[in-house]
Amino acid sequence: MTGADDDILTAAESWRAEGREVAIATVIETWGSAPRPVGSHLAIDSEGRFLGSVSGGCVEGAVVEEALDVIASGKPKTLEFGVADEAAWKVGLSCGGRIKVYVERVEG
Amino acid sequence: MKLDLLKAMNAARAARHACALVTRLDDGSQRFVAAERVAADPLAEELEAALRAGKSGTVERDGVGYFLTIQVPPVRLVMIGAVHISQALAPIARIAGLDPVVIDPRTAFATPERFPETPVIAEWPDEALQARPLDRYTAICLLTHDPKIDDRALTRALKAECFYIGALGSRKTHAKRLERMRAEGFDDGSLARIRAPIGLDIGAVSPAEIAVSVAGEIVAALRKKPLRAERA
Repeated sequence: MTGADDDILTAAESWRAEGREVAIATVIETWGSAPRPVGSHLAIDSEGRFLGSVSGGCVEGAVVEEALDVIASGKPKTLEFGVADEAAWKVGLSCGGRIKVYVERVEG
Repeated sequence: MKLDLLKAMNAARAARHACALVTRLDDGSQRFVAAERVAADPLAEELEAALRAGKSGTVERDGVGYFLTIQVPPVRLVMIGAVHISQALAPIARIAGLDPVVIDPRTAFATPERFPETPVIAEWPDEALQARPLDRYTAICLLTHDPKIDDRALTRALKAECFYIGALGSRKTHAKRLERMRAEGFDDGSLARIRAPIGLDIGAVSPAEIAVSVAGEIVAALRKKPLRAERA
């Protein structure tokens, strides 16, 4: 884990301590030239504020949107992004890689 | 993720303890596994391999996917002695992903000019290592040739179970060092963990070549087998 990823989980904990609703997105699989390694995190709160990175900027917007859903429903989701994906036309990875991102709400 | 699990991850990281978070991908259930408890986990084998590699990843067991979030402390390299070998070893170590620091109480050696990109602590090892204790995710190289300086660091390294302890010096020098350590109460099992003469046997001659051989030996110690203390 890089130092930056460490800060993200710490931030998620302190956001929750402030009473904010928080989701954590984690890159769980990559294929091809994915910009961020497996294990990279993005922390998102219910206002759409976020810290960290799962793709170096390509799909963060979409992940944040999905994270808001996850915060609302409490149900974790697995997202896939890549050039072969239909979503790619909206938020594709310009590098041509594919990534799978797991999004979950911080409970308690 | 339960807040308790997130807190456990953050606490482990702050304490420089290795750990993992296992997420069952079909139902989202999760558990926290401290490194010393890995053997008792149903995914012991997978967790051990992932912890050794220091890499998060997905594994499958009985048709169910699990994501292992792996957290290991950044590996530090402590060099006792602001000598020529350290000057070469510091940048090599950084490129290899280690976090180097140099400790040497001799202020003529321990200068930022000689180590432009590496933290240099111009203190005795006892003081410097009190402030930043050694642990099993630390590699240490004893390079001063001066027992007054090296030995204090060595006793700390043996007690902390650093995953790599390398000591510069001929076989004769090392034999004397072992005698001194036996007098300090260390048994042969602990003393066998000291690598001396330091470095892989690649016929290194110059300080830079010795640095390469030491860097290789550190990587081997880190990657080739599980860290000793975690097996216990």
